[in-house]
Amino acid sequence: MSDYIYLDNAATTPVDPRVFEAMTPFFIQHYGNAASRNHWFGWKADEAVTNAREQIASLVGCSAKEIIFTSGATESNNLAILGAAQMYREKGNHIITCLTEHKAVLDPVHHLETQGFKTTFLKVDKNGMIDLTELEAAITDQTILISLMAVNNEIGVLHPIDEIGRIARKHGVLFHTDATQAAGKIPIDVDKAQIDLLSLSGHKIYGPKGIGALYVRRRNPRVRLSPIVFGGGHERGMRSGTLNVPGIIGLGAACYYCMQEMSQESQRLISLREKLEAGLKENLDYVFLNGHPQKRLPGILNLSFSYVEGESLMMGMENIAVSSGSACTSASLEPSYVLRALGIGPELAHCSIRFSLGRFTTDEEIEKTIEKTTSVVQRLREMSPLYDMAKEGIDISKIQWAETH
Amino acid sequence: MYSDKVIDHYTAPRNVGSFEKEDKDVGTGVVGAPECGDVMKLQLKVENDRIIDAKFKTFGCGSAIASSSLATEWVKGKTIEEAAEITNSEIAEELNLPPVKIHCSVLAEDAIKAAIKDYKQRKQNT
Ligand SMILES: Cc1ncc(COP(=O)(O)O)c(C=O)c1O
Repeated sequence: MSDYIYLDNAATTPVDPRVFEAMTPFFIQHYGNAASRNHWFGWKADEAVTNAREQIASLVGCSAKEIIFTSGATESNNLAILGAAQMYREKGNHIITCLTEHKAVLDPVHHLETQGFKTTFLKVDKNGMIDLTELEAAITDQTILISLMAVNNEIGVLHPIDEIGRIARKHGVLFHTDATQAAGKIPIDVDKAQIDLLSLSGHKIYGPKGIGALYVRRRNPRVRLSPIVFGGGHERGMRSGTLNVPGIIGLGAACYYCMQEMSQESQRLISLREKLEAGLKENLDYVFLNGHPQKRLPGILNLSFSYVEGESLMMGMENIAVSSGSACTSASLEPSYVLRALGIGPELAHCSIRFSLGRFTTDEEIEKTIEKTTSVVQRLREMSPLYDMAKEGIDISKIQWAETH
Repeated sequence: MYSDKVIDHYTAPRNVGSFEKEDKDVGTGVVGAPECGDVMKLQLKVENDRIIDAKFKTFGCGSAIASSSLATEWVKGKTIEEAAEITNSEIAEELNLPPVKIHCSVLAEDAIKAAIKDYKQRKQNT
């Protein structure tokens, strides 16, 4: 294991050993159903769940009663979007989101289009930022929901959630934010940003997979959602199903440690990320940052290494785990839609690598990564016909390429 | 995810490099497009209708690199007619390419054909 370097923390994180330890009693010792009101086993589980709810609530500045447990951010996003659309259908049928959202937002929104809803997908600029004037202009008297992510998972760009919240509130529109990549990493306060619905997930913050939460505002305004999972009426009727007690305890503990360590940890990650970026740019030419130069998450670095295809680069990195926006990593042969939305040409999108650093990333690992990436990029450029052309001063974008597929 | 043969060609690619394009004994084929994520340049050096040497440069995924590397190995020593008969399915089979990577072998076949065509055109013009 120690030979491996894991720089794919935006895809998922390991469970922090402290989180794991907090969870262990709830598998074979305190295995009660939190809904069992009449015996010790149930009380014990319920007590622990209550505590976890508090831990999650304090991370985002809400009350424990406003936390609904789900199976992850995908479900939280689905519940927020489909649940609000169904509940407020009488009020209007228009939803605003943007092109760079995660599929777990885009797909439910597309589904609503088939149910007669109207949608607006905001564009982003070359840094991945939405235009607030465009957002405000898109609001109509039919708009019931704005869903815009707090941090983008591919490029780490931070959306201006405070301003988005202010605009949404001014027009009486609900504001949902997918905070899967933001929660626990940067400060978020649902009152300050006037957020009405917020999704988060355990496995991106050193908690377990298969557990997430949705914050649902209870006052000013009181937000109601139609359930998408029906059954025993758990979680104020919004999400039925026996609570995943060990998962919930893990999510609570994960939030607790993130909050405790956030300011120190983000400083540490920023300096590691800057070291990585500076090191690679020093060693290599034609390296471009994808995303916003300043407004980005501490741990995400998305770079394009021109003239080297992303998948071949990852293959050469061997024991360093990263991800790529290259088409070759997907079945569709289309490069990342997020990078394309930034106006990044497919030829550069194919060359992109996302390095996502995390709590267990060390300085030594960053040094090894700089070294390995440099040598693989150099080797692959030696065999890249495009690099030759670039060095000869040929403008690749001006060539008429025969093959298109 | 990758077959041993793909890994082998990727880590130790055969015949990487270039010949002088203007050489009348050289045929050059460039296929693919940067927007699609693969560009292959394959060059053949021909003497008395026989391919005596071959070189490639490829921008693309590991399977694309392996397909072109293998293509250079296979064409060497063949007559241009024999080389023109190499098919993408032979390349895909040899490298054990999964269905999503078949286009890499198609590109390699196209590159061989384009290089032969270029060689023939050049000869006619001299
Ligand atoms: C921004 C964003 N939203 C949603 C998700 C989905 O989260 P989950 O895996 O918890 O369903 C992810 C992770 O893949 C993400 O990065």
